[in-house]
Amino acid sequence: MSVQTEIYSKMESAIKNIKSTLEENHKKGVRNIGVLPVYAPEELVHALGMFPVGLWGGKASISKASRYLPPFACSIMQTVMEYGMGGVYDALDGALMSTPCDTLKCVTQNWLSACPHIPAVTVVYPQNNKVPSAAVYLEQELLQAKEALEKIAGRKLSEQALAASIEVYNENRKAMQRFFDVVSEKPGCISAKHRHLVAKSRFFLPKEEHTRLVSALCAELENSPEMKWKGSRVVLAGIMAEPDGLLELFDEFGMAVVGDELAQEYRQYRTLVPAGKTGLSRLALQWQDTGCCSLVYDPEKRRSEYMADMAKRLKADGAVICMMKFCDPEEFDYPWLKAALDKAGIPSLNLEVDLNTPSLEQARTRLQAFSEQLAAI
Amino acid sequence: MPDSNLNSRKLSAKLTAEYYERLYTAKARGKLVAWATSIVPQELLETMNVEVAYPENHAAAIASRKGALPFLERAENSGYSNDICSYARVNLGYSQTLESEILNLPKPDFVICINNICNVVVKWYECLARYFNVPYILIDVPFNHEYEVNQSRVDYIKAQFQDAIVKLEEICGKPFDYDRFEKVMEISQRAARAWRRAMDYAHRVPSPMIGFNMFNYMALIVCLRGREEAVLLFETVAAEMEALMAEGKSQFPGEEKYRILWDGIAVWPHLAHTVSTLHGMNVNMTGSTYPDAWTILYDVGDLDGMAKAYASIMNNICVQRQVDLRTQILTASQCDGAVYHLNRSCKVMDFMQFDVRKRVHDATGKPYAVFDGDQSDPRNYAEAQYETRMQALVESMDEQKK
Ligand code: SF4
Ligand code: SF4
Repeated sequence: MSVQTEIYSKMESAIKNIKSTLEENHKKGVRNIGVLPVYAPEELVHALGMFPVGLWGGKASISKASRYLPPFACSIMQTVMEYGMGGVYDALDGALMSTPCDTLKCVTQNWLSACPHIPAVTVVYPQNNKVPSAAVYLEQELLQAKEALEKIAGRKLSEQALAASIEVYNENRKAMQRFFDVVSEKPGCISAKHRHLVAKSRFFLPKEEHTRLVSALCAELENSPEMKWKGSRVVLAGIMAEPDGLLELFDEFGMAVVGDELAQEYRQYRTLVPAGKTGLSRLALQWQDTGCCSLVYDPEKRRSEYMADMAKRLKADGAVICMMKFCDPEEFDYPWLKAALDKAGIPSLNLEVDLNTPSLEQARTRLQAFSEQLAAI
Repeated sequence: MPDSNLNSRKLSAKLTAEYYERLYTAKARGKLVAWATSIVPQELLETMNVEVAYPENHAAAIASRKGALPFLERAENSGYSNDICSYARVNLGYSQTLESEILNLPKPDFVICINNICNVVVKWYECLARYFNVPYILIDVPFNHEYEVNQSRVDYIKAQFQDAIVKLEEICGKPFDYDRFEKVMEISQRAARAWRRAMDYAHRVPSPMIGFNMFNYMALIVCLRGREEAVLLFETVAAEMEALMAEGKSQFPGEEKYRILWDGIAVWPHLAHTVSTLHGMNVNMTGSTYPDAWTILYDVGDLDGMAKAYASIMNNICVQRQVDLRTQILTASQCDGAVYHLNRSCKVMDFMQFDVRKRVHDATGKPYAVFDGDQSDPRNYAEAQYETRMQALVESMDEQKK
């Protein structure tokens, strides 16, 4: 097995075997905390010696969740609720969530009666994130989350431990940023599916191990010989690009993903935690630096130009906007993203993403047509 | 000052006309126009003498006069998904020309948004600010997953009031008049109390009021909350209710056999159908969550109280408090049942509604009906479904009465 393949298979098995990992953790006395999208102070979980695992939904047939959500809720939250109610998350000792959209506000509430066996810890991030009072408020909010998590962990958080965890997370973000750059410089060096796997496995592996794997992978990729990529180069926008079958289509049609601003991927590691006095104040400052996201107040809609600039900088031939069905924050941004991309001369495709679509036929047809359009340019 | 001899209907019409006249002539009179969300801290704007347009009101007016579709389609053609709240779609479609045969708004000089109703408005107003290239003032009110609004939220909101004042001073080019602010707060409190008092007459048994008339008054409480005219109007309504009760009469046509709580926004494009179906079954709407939404009460001068009041809007509170609110209305207005509008536009209301209605039912034992609708997209409503569900509700209420 080549080094690369070995790394991918470790990442894959982390995702596939998450259930047994969580059970193993319990045997070792380690608590597990589910972390819902999109932003959460995961460092607190880590610093308390608990194991954070990302809850971004998946494939599920919806039955129990329909007691709480009508069919026009996004498939991430439909499936998160279904898993929660169906016992899939039973090895969790808590769930950490935030409320950047109306759907998540409601999920924090539904959770209380739908999954009473998994205590919810809610952080309400300030939308007006650039004003100084927001950081003050957020610090208080984080303090409450910290106390709630301490209860679950059965121990107190030390300032030192938090500083160390922030370091671990920043290292991981830097490794991911390096990975992002390597891949964008060498289109075709990794499949779209594996590129996603690297980002997704962050939610399933201990961060230290993930950093090691990503760094080793980067070294491999950096040293791999130049190859002439004959296909096209695309960038992705949106909440997430799943299921895997969707990404396999990119590979099939010769579209290399050279960059993304997906909520599940780049937006997770784009903003480092800055220096500052205390751990909590640093996390609050990080939020102040967060932007160009559909879920953070963006009065000038800079996200659209940011996306267009990224596409140009990465010499993308096209952009695929992975539109999570029923995600209104993203839907409001779409016309602006498209306009900015048009203006920059980058063709774009609005591709519907629904974790629960039984077939990818429509996506196949649309991606194929788009790849042909790009090839013709 | 409006004529106090008019009845409430004529007075409403007159105040509405005057309000729009003020809006249309604002620019000529050298005044600035803001576009604002429906439960904005209007005190700040009134103090600055800004004329305020309310896109949600405007969209509702257009929809109730069956004019929403072309605007919805225009927004959709510009790339806004038809999943987006239809108020936003009507308004984003309208913004492109600012022309409607039904009702118009002047172009905004700035927009101001408070997300105490939903986060949709944060995004919607981003689009407006960018489209019109005007300043955007956001007052962010964090969702209260705890029962009460805690102090760190209050402090954050208060600080944003202060930031908004600084921005308003910049935009308007004049200092904020704190004396006038006190005065506006005082009027706003009287208006809120008058509104509350008038709407509470619906609770009487039998109710002197056609409950659905609340929806008509709503447009005015939205846009006149900080003005004397609102006090006058709602005092007039209250006096009319008193008079009706003294005579043992009611506005309600026929016999009020059943009393219901209506949960959610009206179905503006099909208002007549929703109302006449219920009235035809002798059902009066005597309880609604709406009167509460615009009862913004605080002590004059108390900014903590003001911040709390604006943060405690029904969409911004935890499920338990939402359940308590409805249980209390059902009890206070002696309702026999509840009707829940599963509004295709409004995720923040819908996605807690399932749990809320079940728990309200558990707490009160009152039957309820749910129907699919939309406040301003006429395509998302089916008369037949509505009728069947209401019929079933009436049967359940009958059962209970036996
Ligand atoms: S996909 Fe969109 S609507 Fe769903 S939880 Fe995420 S941000 Fe909210
Ligand atoms: S209808 Fe709902 S989503 Fe639309 S503006 Fe009102 S509260 Fe927000």
